[in-house]
Order: sequence, then C-alpha cells, then structure tokens
Amino acid sequence: MNFEYKVEGGDFTHAGYASSQVKKMLKQLGVDVSIIKRVVVCLYEAEVNIVAHAYSGVIYIELTADRIIMRLVDKGPGIPDIDLAMQKGYSTASHAVREMGFGAGMGLPNISSNADVFNISSDVGVGTTVEIMINLNAIAA
Amino acid sequence: MKVIDIIEKLNLTLFSGSDGLNREVKGGYTSDLLSDVMGHADAGRVWITIQTHKNIMAIASLKDLPAVIIVGAEKPGDDTMDQSNIEGIPILGTSLRSFEISAELYNILKEE
Ligand SMILES: Nc1ncnc2c1ncn2[C@@H]1O[C@H](COP(=O)(O)OP(=O)(O)OP(=O)(O)O)[C@@H](O)[C@H]1O
Ligand SMILES: [Mg+2]
Repeated sequence: MNFEYKVEGGDFTHAGYASSQVKKMLKQLGVDVSIIKRVVVCLYEAEVNIVAHAYSGVIYIELTADRIIMRLVDKGPGIPDIDLAMQKGYSTASHAVREMGFGAGMGLPNISSNADVFNISSDVGVGTTVEIMINLNAIAA
Repeated sequence: MKVIDIIEKLNLTLFSGSDGLNREVKGGYTSDLLSDVMGHADAGRVWITIQTHKNIMAIASLKDLPAVIIVGAEKPGDDTMDQSNIEGIPILGTSLRSFEISAELYNILKEE
C-alpha cells in the first residue's frame, strides 16, 4: 500500500497529522505496539522538521507486510552539514519555534535510535530527503 | 490509579477531555521539550509541562499519554482544548510549578 501526505512549512497546527494517520493504520493491521511506537517517533520527528525548517514537503509511505518505508521530500534551505545536524543538541530552530518547546536538537537523534535504516540527503538551497525504514515483524527488529 | 483519582488527590483543574477521566496513570514525565517527550516518555505517563499549544495534544495522543498537567496556573489554548476533547485526553491544571507537582504525583503513585 502507498500513501501520500502534504506538509506545509510553518503550519504547526497540523503537525503530526500524517503520524497519527499512519499510527491508526498500523494499529488496524495489528502491528506490534512496540514497533508502532518506533514508527510514530520517526515519522513525527521527520514531519515536524519539515514544518519547523522547510517550506513544504511530501511524505511518501510505502507499506508492505514486513516493512514500512517513509520518504519525506521537502523544498527548503537544506542541511549544509548533516553530521553536525545529527548531533544531539544541535539546532537552528528560530526563537519562536524554541518557545514552543521544539528545537532541542533531539529529533534526528530520536529517528536514528528508532529506525532500522535512516538516510538523509540534502541540497543546500533546494531541499532535503529523509528516508526511514522499519521492519514490521518483531524478530527482524 | 486513574486520571480522575489524581485530579482529586492533587486538587487539579479539569480544562477539557473529560471522556478520558478513566484512563490509567502509570507514572509521570516532566519536560517542556517536545522531542524529549517524543523520544523518552513511555505510554501511560502523565505529562507535566508549561507548554499550552495544540502540539502537546498530538504528542500526548501519539505517545498514548493518559493526561497532560499544565503547571504555573497557565491555561491551554482553545484549539488545544478542542483537540483534547476530540482525543479524549484530559488537560489538567495546577498553580504549582513542575518540581512541586511532579513530587506530589510521584508520592501518590508510590503509595499505591
Ligand atoms: N528538513 C529539514 N530541512 C532543513 N534543515 C533541517 C531539516 N531537518 C533538520 N534540519 C536541521 O537539522 C537540525 C537538527 O534537527 P533535529 O530534528 O535533530 O533538531 P530540531 O528540529 O532543531 O529540534 P527538535 O527536533 O529537538 O525539536 C535542525 O535544527 C535544522 O538545522
Ligand atoms: Mg526536529
């Protein structure tokens, strides 16, 4: 099964929509709760990163019996130094975004500790693509 | 212990989400950083925070948190309360600060 969700930069009121839809779907399919939790953390953090840091984006979900692939493609400023961005505590979030409690620099580290496969590629001035894969059968995880 | 029990024992205000008063409370998690809660709060923990905007409900729902306690006599936004009602996740309030209300919640949960 394939699904798509659009994400608008700066639109915090709808942040988390895709994550909650995907959570519901996985629940209905009877996926193990501990795996759903990991999917939710990864997708939410990647989704909010588009809202907080990019202009717009699309989330592509590819769901098969044994795995979920989440591809988040955004148009935005891109990430000049991905290794630096991956470090716990590193954030370029604006003051307004930090006031809301985002911008702790923990989102990408959260994804990396919950994903089975996690790749970022980025073109500065163009945008960022985040790819996350999680195995859906507990033994493989 | 249920959400309704902690409201009584800790003398909390109920702002919204009364459908969720019987949700089970297994502990607490105190943080104002959203990705800290996202990464580390376990299901069943009541979330204690100063944040009042709508995104706290998305996180509470995604993480299966039974309720949110807003500290320092702050009030949740209208859209935050609307979302709380939709999700059936109560938003509670206290005039205490995070440290004190966390300690009180810890104590009543420990006595159980
Ligand atoms: N999609 C994106 N486009 C542009 N920059 C990004 C994107 N995602 C992450 N970044 C950059 O990487 C940094 C670290 O991201 P990370 O998610 O770890 O932390 P954060 O979003 O700043 O804060 P938190 O996730 O804790 O709320 C961001 O501050 C930003 O500079
Ligand atoms: Mg982030």
